[in-house]
Amino acid sequence: MEATIILHVDGVRRELTVDTRTTLLDALRDRSGEYSPKKGCDHGQCGACTVLVGGRRILSCLALAVACDGDEVTTAAGLAGGEDGPHPLSRAFVEHDAFQCGYCTPGQVCSGVGVLAELEAGMPSHAAAHPGDPVEATDAEIRERMSGNLCRCGAYPAIVAAVREVAR
Amino acid sequence: MKPFRYTRARDAASAVATVAADPGARFLAGGTNLVDHLKLGVAEPDHLVDVRGAVDGSVTELADGRVRVGAAVANSDLAAHPLVRARYPVLSAALSSGASGQLRNAATTGGNLLQRTRCPYFQNTATPCNKRDPGSGCGALHGHGRDNAVLGTSERCVATHPSDMAVALAALGAEVRLLTGEGERGVPVSGLYRLPGDRPEQDTVLEQGDLITAVDLPALPWVRRSAYRKVRERASYAFALVSVAAALRIEEGRVVRVRLALGGVAPMPWRAHHAEEALVGRPATEEVFREAARSEFAQARPGRDNAFKVPLAVNTVGAVLRSLAQEEGA
Amino acid sequence: MSGVEQGALGRPDERVEGWDKVAGRARYAYEQPVPALYVHPVLSTVARGRVLAVDTGPARASAGVEAVLTHENAERLADTSDAEFAVLQGPHIGFCGQIVAAVVARTPEEARRGADLVQVREYAEEHDVVLGPGHPRLYCPDELNAYPEADTRQGDPAAALERAPVVLDRTYRTPMEHNNPMEPHACTVLWEEGTGGGSLTVYDSTQGVHPVRESLAQVLGLHAEQVRVVSEHVGGGFGSKGSPHAHNVVAALAARAVPGRWVKLALTRQQMFTLVGHRTPTIQRVRLGAARDGVLSAVVHDVEEHTSTVKEFAEQSAVCTRMMYAAPHRRTTHRLAALDVPIPFWMRAPGETPGMFALESALDELACELAMDPIVLRERNEPDLDPETGAPWSDRRLVQCLHEGARRFGWAGRDGRARSRREGEWWVGTGVASAVYPHFVNPGSEVEIVHGQGVYTVSIGAADIGTGARTVLGQIAADALSVPAERVRVRIGDTALPPATVAGGSAGTSSWGSAVVAAARALREEHGSEPGEGARARAGTPEDAVAPGYSVYSFGAHFVEARVHADTGEVRVPRMYGLFSVGRVLNPRLARSQLVGGMVMGLSMALHEHTVMDARLGHVVNHDLAQYHVAAHADVQQVEAEWLEGADVRATPMGSRGVGEIGIVGAAAAVANAAHHATGVRVRNLPLTPDRFLVGPRE
Repeated sequence: MEATIILHVDGVRRELTVDTRTTLLDALRDRSGEYSPKKGCDHGQCGACTVLVGGRRILSCLALAVACDGDEVTTAAGLAGGEDGPHPLSRAFVEHDAFQCGYCTPGQVCSGVGVLAELEAGMPSHAAAHPGDPVEATDAEIRERMSGNLCRCGAYPAIVAAVREVAR
Repeated sequence: MKPFRYTRARDAASAVATVAADPGARFLAGGTNLVDHLKLGVAEPDHLVDVRGAVDGSVTELADGRVRVGAAVANSDLAAHPLVRARYPVLSAALSSGASGQLRNAATTGGNLLQRTRCPYFQNTATPCNKRDPGSGCGALHGHGRDNAVLGTSERCVATHPSDMAVALAALGAEVRLLTGEGERGVPVSGLYRLPGDRPEQDTVLEQGDLITAVDLPALPWVRRSAYRKVRERASYAFALVSVAAALRIEEGRVVRVRLALGGVAPMPWRAHHAEEALVGRPATEEVFREAARSEFAQARPGRDNAFKVPLAVNTVGAVLRSLAQEEGA
Repeated sequence: MSGVEQGALGRPDERVEGWDKVAGRARYAYEQPVPALYVHPVLSTVARGRVLAVDTGPARASAGVEAVLTHENAERLADTSDAEFAVLQGPHIGFCGQIVAAVVARTPEEARRGADLVQVREYAEEHDVVLGPGHPRLYCPDELNAYPEADTRQGDPAAALERAPVVLDRTYRTPMEHNNPMEPHACTVLWEEGTGGGSLTVYDSTQGVHPVRESLAQVLGLHAEQVRVVSEHVGGGFGSKGSPHAHNVVAALAARAVPGRWVKLALTRQQMFTLVGHRTPTIQRVRLGAARDGVLSAVVHDVEEHTSTVKEFAEQSAVCTRMMYAAPHRRTTHRLAALDVPIPFWMRAPGETPGMFALESALDELACELAMDPIVLRERNEPDLDPETGAPWSDRRLVQCLHEGARRFGWAGRDGRARSRREGEWWVGTGVASAVYPHFVNPGSEVEIVHGQGVYTVSIGAADIGTGARTVLGQIAADALSVPAERVRVRIGDTALPPATVAGGSAGTSSWGSAVVAAARALREEHGSEPGEGARARAGTPEDAVAPGYSVYSFGAHFVEARVHADTGEVRVPRMYGLFSVGRVLNPRLARSQLVGGMVMGLSMALHEHTVMDARLGHVVNHDLAQYHVAAHADVQQVEAEWLEGADVRATPMGSRGVGEIGIVGAAAAVANAAHHATGVRVRNLPLTPDRFLVGPRE
């Protein structure tokens, strides 16, 4: 069953016809040629498809496109190529060589930007000894918060360094 | 994935009416488990009714001191809510230990309660599973059983419930608010779930069209000293081998109040009533804690691959209560 | 490089495609912007048997479905000598998860739905999917992966063990493991009919476009010129993309069923657990005979592994034992059991990775038994010459890696007794293990360099699977041509470019880079230092790239701090340090990423990785990334890799050796040795899950 939806992708309005079964990830990749978000597992187990919706990081493989009608979606392409220049985290990824094959990278960058906002907002994480403790951008906090983004090339130490650099 | 209709519910009442009238209809909230199931072929609805805009998405303090959590509140927002962080640390910690940041941003309170087992046989339609396909047999019972439950199982099903949040809610004795065709009612979290018995396909007492609208957290000032400890195979982003939600109050070296619930060991979040009874009035020592935990597992039926869960749970309960007792003493 | 100005090499240049990857603009195989049909394979659900019937009616009637391929209607392939590629050619089922049909449809959703509706009736025969010790089907393979001899023997190991004052006899097991690159194997394929018998274009996620072209041309009965394979970016492979697999053939068959239309096929993560290879499980018995001073008299390493009934793959797990330590009496054996399992294949350092887990664990056990520092034990058994061949080493600096690594890690003063350090709820220990990886330069690559407007375009059909090949080949060319790197362009990943060998065996840069140097020299010889427009030269990897008569290996030492929770058995690794000897490091930024990446995969192997076969049902149980755990961010704390300075001019003209695999070799043993030091619990059966540590003495 088909439906027509509007997505605002990296600031560009797109009208798309999707199957009700189409995920946000497949709507971006297969139906609008936006291949920045990646499909690594399609089941919410790897984080490669992470995008920001309304500024919050989510997994686009587990969101139905029809349920995202009207949403503002930011991908790693939007972060790297914004009007005000690239996001500092995109630059930090390049400088720290925070990737090898590059396939998990757009998801890591989007997730990292989400993490920066969550740290800023003081949202707690599992890394804290107590949920009530104040939040700091320690390596342990960054690692825990980034744990939903797998990287098989093992670039984790450089990714954490990139996020840490921008967080401080 | 079977084709389906998608509609957004205007309000909770119409959503309930629609789904109650159509056996092929299902509620959709965050989608983090249901969309997964659509792809796996585990769920094959004809109609998805999106209720995210139709149920409450806020956390409010009630006049009697209880805290009401709307069913649409995202897991991440609930973990971060000041009332929850201050008054119910066990709940905040449980939420933060589940899934990943991205998933917690999408998953809702109601959906988290209703997520289904991650048993590998349940999730693989090429294998038998009584929960997914009643009467087909249990692949896990004599198959790879590392994740299997040790408490509350039946010959038909040995799957565990995967939620962390629900374990904390079970410890707190929270109440789940439902909207049904007959109106509103409440059911305690532990009463929401049912053991597999001979009908493992039925995870909960809910009937078609029953909608979770909120969860009420009881006013329990003493649980400000509470904790959630999750043991898993990765340091993060993995389901529990064993988890423990606990709150402890000690006076003059003796346990006066305790709440204890376990995850990863049973088909439902497991309120450890035996252990709680064995603790109240006893000296707050680690040996007492461990002995109480052992009593909870007197009826355990571990298999070949998951026998480790019993000593692991006993050790973890001991460690969590020891740590809470030390805080109390500090 | 003798006689070549050195400017670019050794410099930590950023990846040339860095921004493309960070933005997600880098195009992977599936992401070609073409209107396409979508292919979804249907897999067998029994482990052995045959397809009795396929009812395609409901699938064909399903919305959007254009074709359903089965063994009854699929094109007959020209060459089915490689049984892995004989897809849809008959009813036989050799493992659970084999392709038995494929649906072609207009959208991915429709293809997937169509695949759900294909009804395959299977006849199941009795199967056997679990490797146990002394399996009745064990046999001796004719040869091993990359090595001619399954068994080797020097001296009289049995008698030497008999005589030895100290004998260690232990069995180690490593589980079945899966590569799981983040990008699922995928291809976008077009078949065009026309003059010359038609042409096939394949965008593939592969470690070698030329090998894929050769295989597909052979299987389909085409001339190589009729097939073009393109692979601009590859989302990891770690071996699994070192060869085409069944899905490539299915995609080609599907494309040929709909001429003139592109088809896209991306395997699901679940499908990758049966269709693109895995590391065999191993059962390894290691026997060491030693004097009380630790000097080894005998080393015996007997390996049992599985392979598939469909096609043999013999992992060379004991080959490192043939050359690692001095001992006059030595024996290695490999035995395989052909089971009804998916086809095993390359996974990062096949052979060395499981083999060195066993050998380096055994060395640690012997050190404990002798109450000797494990570094001293290794030093006592350092061979002057390669004990297998008697050849001199080109550059063996293992002892230096161990000593200098120990200094930088802070090994001195370590209390060697297990269970001697406790911090709060955690037992703390440290461990060491050696690393080794052979040096290969593969023949058969060619490079063309063309000059135009001051820019030198270097072309080779090589692959960049995340190694940084595009960047480092440019650096090599710049120095070989004595021009700034800005004046070099590198084109790779296309069979329209000169042939290149696979990105495997840590041999990519060595093989292709040697050809780059040769082509640069040819250009200068033929056209001088100021070549005209369009001046070009072409050269291949020289046959004498590696100096004959030497034993050429890379070495390294891993140091690990492990913490094991006293109550729960959870293992944490706060610190990993690796010091490597890999010849000259051509680009420190990229080399560090590869070495650290290998160590992280070794940590992941140690702590998490374990594919489970269901003995009764015959399938892979944990076939996704929620159940097959690979290390996540939170598991990976401080991981550092460094290297000894120096160049090995006997290895390549650049003085470099490979860096892709050595980081994983020995890493798991170092973790297990550290966990033993922490707890006194010796885990000989990976991975180190929490339950393994519940058995030890409690406080």
